[in-house]
Amino acid sequence: MLLEGWIYVCEADAIDEEDVIRFDSGSRSFAIYRSEDNDYYATDGFCTHEKVHLAEGLVMGDIIECPKHNGRFNYKTGQAKKTPACEHLTTYPVQVTDDGKVYIQID
Amino acid sequence: MSTRGMVIIGGGETGASAARTLREEGWQGPITLIGQENLAPYERPPLSKGALALGSEAAPAFILKEQTLEELSITWVREARAVKIDRDRHIVQLADGQEIAYDKLLLATGASPRKLTLEGSNTTSVMELRTFADAERLRSKLEAGRQLVVIGAGFIGLEVAASARERGCQVTVLEVGHRILMRGVPLGIAQAVEARHREAGVNFQLGVGIERIESASGEQRITLANGQELRCDAIIAGIGAIPETSLAAACGLDVGNGILVNDRLATSDPTIYAAGDCCAFPHGVYGGTRIRLEAWRNAQEGGAHAARNMLGADQPYEAIPWFWSDQYEQTLQVIGLPDASTLTVQRHTEDESLFFFHLDDEHRLAAASGIGAGIAKEIKLAEMLIVKRAVLDPVVLAAPGLKLKALLKELS
Repeated sequence: MLLEGWIYVCEADAIDEEDVIRFDSGSRSFAIYRSEDNDYYATDGFCTHEKVHLAEGLVMGDIIECPKHNGRFNYKTGQAKKTPACEHLTTYPVQVTDDGKVYIQID
Repeated sequence: MSTRGMVIIGGGETGASAARTLREEGWQGPITLIGQENLAPYERPPLSKGALALGSEAAPAFILKEQTLEELSITWVREARAVKIDRDRHIVQLADGQEIAYDKLLLATGASPRKLTLEGSNTTSVMELRTFADAERLRSKLEAGRQLVVIGAGFIGLEVAASARERGCQVTVLEVGHRILMRGVPLGIAQAVEARHREAGVNFQLGVGIERIESASGEQRITLANGQELRCDAIIAGIGAIPETSLAAACGLDVGNGILVNDRLATSDPTIYAAGDCCAFPHGVYGGTRIRLEAWRNAQEGGAHAARNMLGADQPYEAIPWFWSDQYEQTLQVIGLPDASTLTVQRHTEDESLFFFHLDDEHRLAAASGIGAGIAKEIKLAEMLIVKRAVLDPVVLAAPGLKLKALLKELS
């Protein structure tokens, strides 16, 4: 049973292992990640350096690399790890239900 | 080491990246960054794209703001031109007579737009695009309904053409070559780019020379070699760039198509390094072939790499060449050197992206290129395969269900 405020994103298997997808809600865009060990994470969808969708970037271990300027973030903590990305990403709680659905809490 | 310090000539991406890296790597001595402009280091890629967009902010995207320069204790000498390097005394002399002593010197002098040398062409009749001031001047000309002629169908010209169309200008692109994007971009991608421009209403005239340019009462007239005349409100030339080597040559450093450096980015004087657009370096991944690049990543990573070597890291520079271009909603990217390949394999993807792998004689991945929304991850993975010197089966590469990430893991 989900608490109020959680938003459905996708089926859990819609994201490949060690990969990321884009999720838009209203006027906001998010990046939803599945790690190598099958945990799910969510951050802001855009690189903090320039407005580029992080979901077009590559996930390697704990890192998402922006497709445009190769700025890097730890998507689990939101921490910026490589210039030109200097500002951290906001992260959001993620929940996967028993029936395999991914939800995020964005407020 | 004495405390003369590190001196960087050039306040662009390379110089800024080097200055920042010197501090990040723990250098506590003086750092002096000499730039010709009044603006702190800013990014150049937006100048032909976002900086021309409707509603764009009239401010550059700073790489190092003045406040950051202060925080990092980087002495920024603005609006200054270095005129002489005295290698015996380890001194850089500026145009105003000021002398700055160095322990190690980085030449990050970049490249200057190639000038059009035609009857009637001069800086008032033909614009160029290298600085933020150039972009502001160009933007002021791009009012809806105006006629713009772009000379040169390379990246700068095409990005300007796309930006101008989006602002409602009528755009004609003139190119003396028989196709657009002659350098470093495979034909399949060039064709896709051209088709998108034509769809947007850009008029191309390829394989055509220009005879002269005349200006009268705000109107420009271009006479083509075939006798045709074009009238327009503004002309911009994007016909390549020339590496800034004069300072290096004058002090006796080895110079060719760029300042010649070794794989450590050191010039023929071990206390002087060069990085970015101005230098030509031997690339280990491509058999030591000497290359010169005009690309954002090379500027940024070359500057950082030179800085580390100036501090004694002694590492070869082997960053894989990479560049991108944004035109309309399309992104194209090229990783590696397609020219080093002999076989190109087209990848059929589910979305409408076009993707190519470029293999050498031994089927080693030399480059990959793509256009479309979903290419960035694949290009990044291709880079990792190029670094691994991966030998790949063309049939496997063409398979629709190929997962490059899985392929990379198999090779690990």
